[in-house]
Amino acid sequence: MSQKLRAAIIGPGNIGTDLLMKAMRSDWIEPVWMVGIEESEGIKRARDFGMKVSTNGVDGLVPHMKEDNIQIVFDATSAYVHAENSRKVTEQGAIMIDLTPAAIGPYCIPPVNLHQLLQEGRKENVNMVTCGGQATIPMVAAVSRVQPVDYGEIVATVASKSVGPGTRKNIDEFTRTTAGAIEQIGGAKKGKAIIIVNPAEPPLIMRDTVHCLTASEPDQDKILASIHAMVADVQQYVPGYQLTNDPVFDGNRVTIFLQVEGLGDFLPNYSGNLDIMTAAALRTAEMYAEKGAL
Amino acid sequence: MNFKGKKITLHDMCLRDGMHPKRHQISVEQMIDIACALDDAGVPLIEVTHGDGLGGASVNYGFPAATDEAYLDAVIPKLKQAKVSALLLPGIGTVDHLKMAADMGVGTIRVATHCTEADVSEQHIGMARQMGLDTVGFLMMAHMISAEELLQQALLMESYGANCIYCTDSAGYMLPHEVSARISLLRANLKPETELGFHGHHNLALGVANSMAAVEAGANRIDGSAAGLGAGAGNTPLEVFAAVLDRMEADTGVDIFKLMAVAEEKIIPIMDHLVRVDRDSLVLGYAGVYSSFLLFAKRAGAKYGVPSQDILLEMAKRKAIGGQEDLIEDVAMQLARAKAG
Repeated sequence: MSQKLRAAIIGPGNIGTDLLMKAMRSDWIEPVWMVGIEESEGIKRARDFGMKVSTNGVDGLVPHMKEDNIQIVFDATSAYVHAENSRKVTEQGAIMIDLTPAAIGPYCIPPVNLHQLLQEGRKENVNMVTCGGQATIPMVAAVSRVQPVDYGEIVATVASKSVGPGTRKNIDEFTRTTAGAIEQIGGAKKGKAIIIVNPAEPPLIMRDTVHCLTASEPDQDKILASIHAMVADVQQYVPGYQLTNDPVFDGNRVTIFLQVEGLGDFLPNYSGNLDIMTAAALRTAEMYAEKGAL
Repeated sequence: MNFKGKKITLHDMCLRDGMHPKRHQISVEQMIDIACALDDAGVPLIEVTHGDGLGGASVNYGFPAATDEAYLDAVIPKLKQAKVSALLLPGIGTVDHLKMAADMGVGTIRVATHCTEADVSEQHIGMARQMGLDTVGFLMMAHMISAEELLQQALLMESYGANCIYCTDSAGYMLPHEVSARISLLRANLKPETELGFHGHHNLALGVANSMAAVEAGANRIDGSAAGLGAGAGNTPLEVFAAVLDRMEADTGVDIFKLMAVAEEKIIPIMDHLVRVDRDSLVLGYAGVYSSFLLFAKRAGAKYGVPSQDILLEMAKRKAIGGQEDLIEDVAMQLARAKAG
């Protein structure tokens, strides 16, 4: 194995911390820096994990990137500040993995298009779409790789406790970005995304419904095989990703019911929506490291 | 209870909430016909769109007979005095839909969230207010939390710019004293100029009584629907509530006989099934289930051979909230499997 790629994480909140815990187990990525904008619980945790920390935002990281050989940076802040963060770290030659819905760079849903992105060579910025997108677009793609999908619609139901203030302030960004990626990456001609935030206690595990309307009568056997293969692909990095029922075929409608249980690293198990984001982001970074596509 | 001379704004729901029992298939022509008749009866505010609000057209909730844009474009220019409102659920509709509705001439935007999730409405309420629209914060399934918790959410919506806050009994579960407790607390703590509204469902046949309790506690906008056409056992039957208010000498500006005619001659004839309290809609009200789940549960029950009331009770047990129609088929299949197993 070659030397691990050295990484920084911007945003010491729940997602950044969960990503840090996953990255510390990685064979390919070595987290070195945690970047915040002030002293916080998250910064303290990162320090306890032995990270170097900035409490002065990305500006506190940039002067050290070359000497610390930081080649990959994860942004777990918000869409509002992402563009500026990205510009600053890519100027230093690092690749940016964007966990916000800013979507400056190409969308990445690992089991669907990561190989293609890697083949295209180095990208400065790769966007992880949204939590709902990571959970559902593999299923849209599983259908569309069998036969054309005229319309793909996803309904993501997430626990209220797992939805942070950034997402709440701009929930339209979720619906818009997810719908765009259902089309671009999922392969549906038209995409629609719906998100439901449910406050039940104990918090519910993320569940998703994926509706595809196929252009012609669905080939049930092929679609089922494709769905099961895709579920297995996602399970490689999110073991708690599973179907809650057999897919339903009703005329040209194919409906898939899913549940996403997280690993419970820093985030609780129910927030599979956040877990699948951090796991997919790390998976993406690892693949770049493994393929030496930097 | 003295409503003499009290000004109350009646807000008709049959062309929005009424889309649920019609599976969103009310035609553009029917919308125009009904809206004009309501206008002529003096109803000041009429809600129009897909049953799940702007952008509700979907596999999940049903595709409507026409687009929101087509409905609004057809209805609004025909009205002499009535204004049109549109509902928007963040997570389903976006500010793009809101802008479209405003362009079409919608004067009132009602931004609806589950009662605990007001903070997802900030961008929509803010924009509607900025556009100079009558902006309503609509807190759904308000029975699920206490009056104190509801107040906290109402304060958020007020701070984003809502000039009216609704206590919404989406499940038709509330009893009159529960409505009173919520509305009184809102009245005592929101700005005096913030209007208060109540939206009822008739699942326990309390739509009228709850609306009276709301007015007594300080609400001045009341939702209802001609002939009750709405989700579940329907909304508060508007012509009934108007007649009650008329006897109490409240000031609604509505001609109750014309409104009765709308209900009798235009709404009843277009009903696909009689919208009334039956076993399933009573279960909604008794167990506190979102009223729009009714037809989905009936269909899934028939398809998978599971009693629809069992599906509704399971939805209550899982604490499902508005919008989770997708869970119904999933639950029906699980119940069918458990039954077979």
